[in-house]
Amino acid sequence: MKAYLTRRYIFSASHRLHCDELSEDENRRVYGKCNNAHGHGHNYALEVTVSGQVDAATGMICNLTDLDDVVRREVLDRFDHTNLNLCPEFASQVPTTENLSAVIFHILKQNFTSAHLEKVRLEETLMNSFEYCGS
Amino acid sequence: MVYLTRKCEFSASHYYYNPEFTEEENRRVFGKCANRNGHGHNYTLEVTVKGEVDSQTGFVVDLRELKEILNREVLEALDHRHLNQEVPEFAARIPTTENLAIAIWDRLESKLKVAKLHRVRLYEMPDLFVDFYGEA
Repeated sequence: MKAYLTRRYIFSASHRLHCDELSEDENRRVYGKCNNAHGHGHNYALEVTVSGQVDAATGMICNLTDLDDVVRREVLDRFDHTNLNLCPEFASQVPTTENLSAVIFHILKQNFTSAHLEKVRLEETLMNSFEYCGS
Repeated sequence: MVYLTRKCEFSASHYYYNPEFTEEENRRVFGKCANRNGHGHNYTLEVTVKGEVDSQTGFVVDLRELKEILNREVLEALDHRHLNQEVPEFAARIPTTENLAIAIWDRLESKLKVAKLHRVRLYEMPDLFVDFYGEA
């Protein structure tokens, strides 16, 4: 029996949406308030969905503590209470939540192997969220 | 095709323990959940059905009928119960959220006549849920 398990995590980070290839005016037009030079922050809610067969002996798709350990080590420790613009992952791309969800997906894909990574869903605020399932 | 989701809550206790494992293995695999005095959760269940909208009633499913089936097949059997000791599905199966979602699917699927069951989503906690779509 194939089932899907989703775990939710919270982290906080700041960012500024700014593209060096655009003029100051264009940046303001494209990114609006998010282009504020001093940056701003969000409480992000991350939902990680994994799937797999339910193991007959344990009743589980994977051990939740394994997933928690990987997400804590590879995602929360890396991004929580940081300025995303200064993280190496965003040296050459804008830290939009679209890009952040793809970065997190690829980090988890590499580091979590106990079940199939289906999807990363990232809420930037209560009003908008982004989903990435790999390309 | 329209999807309709009905939400309900129930509270139950359980523990995770596989008699084929040693005490140590049970503690290692299941952690605090292996405590055989049990513990409990407030579960939130979301049941999604799908179907064509009836041209006369405008319904995908008669919600009263869905509520009755949910009450009879799920809530009466699970609410304020000890899953390991009182629910037959878990006599020989560990009542994880995965297995509980599958058991709820099995309880509902054969009883739903009008609409087709699409998904069972079961929250054990606000930060942990399982989806089951009836896949093998």
